[in-house]
Amino acid sequence: MFPLTEENKSVAWLLLSTGTCPRCIFRFCGVDFHTPYKLPYKDLLNELQKFLETETDTVILEVPNPPLKKIRLQESDDETADLSQNGEGRLSADGSIAPRPSRLNVCNICLGILQEFCEKDFIKKVCQKVEASGFEFTNLVLSVSFPPQLSVREHAAWLRVKQERGKQSLSLGRNDIIQLKEAYKWITHPLFSEELGVPIDGKSLFEVSVVFAHPETVEDCHFLGTICPDCFKPAKNKQSVFTRMAVMKALSQIKEEDFLKWFPCPPNPPKAVCSVLEMECAHGAVFVAGRYNKYSRNLPQTPWIIDGERKLESSVEELISDHLLAVFKAESFNFSSSGREDVDVRTLGTGRPFAIELVNPHRVHFTSQEIQELQQKINKSSDKIQVRDLQLVTREALGHMKAGEEEKTKTYSALIWTNKAIQEKDIEFLNDIKDLKIEQKTPLRVLHRRPLAVRTRLIHTMETHYLDQHHFRLRLKTQAGTYIKELVHGDFGRTQPNIGSLLSVTADILELDVESVDVDWPPALDD
Amino acid sequence: MATESAAAAPSIPSLVDRYFTRWYKADVKGKPCEDHCVLQHSNRICVITLAGSHPVLQSGKTIESISYQISTNCSRLQNKVSGKFKRGAQFLTELAPLCKIHCADGEEYTVSSCVRGRLMEVNENILRKPSILQEKPSTEGYIAVVLPKFEESKSITEGLLTQEQYE
Repeated sequence: MFPLTEENKSVAWLLLSTGTCPRCIFRFCGVDFHTPYKLPYKDLLNELQKFLETETDTVILEVPNPPLKKIRLQESDDETADLSQNGEGRLSADGSIAPRPSRLNVCNICLGILQEFCEKDFIKKVCQKVEASGFEFTNLVLSVSFPPQLSVREHAAWLRVKQERGKQSLSLGRNDIIQLKEAYKWITHPLFSEELGVPIDGKSLFEVSVVFAHPETVEDCHFLGTICPDCFKPAKNKQSVFTRMAVMKALSQIKEEDFLKWFPCPPNPPKAVCSVLEMECAHGAVFVAGRYNKYSRNLPQTPWIIDGERKLESSVEELISDHLLAVFKAESFNFSSSGREDVDVRTLGTGRPFAIELVNPHRVHFTSQEIQELQQKINKSSDKIQVRDLQLVTREALGHMKAGEEEKTKTYSALIWTNKAIQEKDIEFLNDIKDLKIEQKTPLRVLHRRPLAVRTRLIHTMETHYLDQHHFRLRLKTQAGTYIKELVHGDFGRTQPNIGSLLSVTADILELDVESVDVDWPPALDD
Repeated sequence: MATESAAAAPSIPSLVDRYFTRWYKADVKGKPCEDHCVLQHSNRICVITLAGSHPVLQSGKTIESISYQISTNCSRLQNKVSGKFKRGAQFLTELAPLCKIHCADGEEYTVSSCVRGRLMEVNENILRKPSILQEKPSTEGYIAVVLPKFEESKSITEGLLTQEQYE
């Protein structure tokens, strides 16, 4: 059933005669159900033309051939300018009767978006690209981007149509017009679903994006830059200053009279159709978390490269992430952990929590069995690190890990050397000190990249294990953010008190191990 | 860190030897024996210290006081740096004075920077207890910490002597 009524006739006629496609006409007549938009273009054109044939004295018997009329419009300049701006548009007086077009030229409002670019052939082309990209997905979200001047043309058409409706004492609010993007999605979503066999879901992590562009964008938007200059920021990186947001802002500000002065209402037919600038698909990041142990005293956490030269082979993050990168077929990764240890420090106990963001993964569905196998694979591949509790987590869960870095305690074991000979009784008193307050200036070894500051930290407990006259082991539980090495040797007296000052000796640290990182995330898994 | 070793002091490289390179400037400002030792960390930060042959470190010398007020308008104690890029630091040239040491015998010695760069901090511990400077000149008794410009981090040692050259 044809969705337009008698009331819509004059608007429909006006729009069709100035070069607007049937679907845009529906939008401006407030047709808000999907079915009419999905009908084939040719049928819509025929139905529309039939609808507009009327025996009333609106004087037109046949809709003049829009293309021909366009040519006529362009030939008689002044007349055209007058007509298109006053909006009378009815060239019935011309008496031009021409053969009906089998197809309309490029729509003066949607520039072809609701013409060829929402039809099955185009959708098929996009789907072919999606399938060729090798992503695994069970749903998708469609993201579509239109050239900014569509807003300008829409605005122009609205002003003209509003005026026309005014003659019938009817109004036309901006929101009575169906949004171009909405209509586009009504038509294309079922086509995508059918072609790719998955539902469209606004929350899907898999995004298919299509970006349209049009060569006349700058031309059409130029006047806005003159009237509302403060809406437009200077362009960076050769991108056009006429962004969608800026254009929309300007349109909301510009006065009706000014707009009518500068831009033809309804809009002129374009010289070209839209083109597809970009057809991409990408999958949102997925997160894998776990805990790692580090058994090597020669392994940095991140790759150690100076002046393009790698100083030490491999790194904790590469040993773990390389496997994940391969299995998830991701583009890249971001490794983060709840604090970190130096190259020469081991991480024992239950290990340190970490999370890896896998960017643009092509494969995302894994059973817990498969994740377990992945964990075993990582553990078999290296004796320098081991991982446990490997699991998929959400982005939100990462907050738990970073909270651990600031708030949670850590326990360490340090092998300490003293220059003076010591007896067991000399160090026993350390066991009784609870919540020792220390002040640490930024250690010299990191001062080149950290601000100079004094950090107050608490050493909660200490436990000594005497070895010989110059060595003992110290187990300690400290506040997060304590520099342990500096606590032992004093860092030129810039950490006070320090083990050396407490024992009245010169002390040095020979070995350090992280015994535990007291964060209870990620959840432990029973293997 | 040093590798584990059962022996006492001498066989384990000290903190300074592990992370720093010693550079020397002898007879600073033409004054005989007023040798300075610059400890340069592998991250380019320099710690200014007195070399063993400096008069202040000789036995029998008593330090009465140390002052960071090097001129009427400038006190090294007023040095304030902020942020990762250490803005606001006093900029030092090689001959810039860091502090003045007054000894009981009436002698006064000026310690110079020896390297160009931003002053990070001066050692306030030796203000309170000057004897630290004499007891541990290479560690707790340091004078100041200087951060050279990144581009100059290699060239600043050109005017200085290596350990071997010094000896």
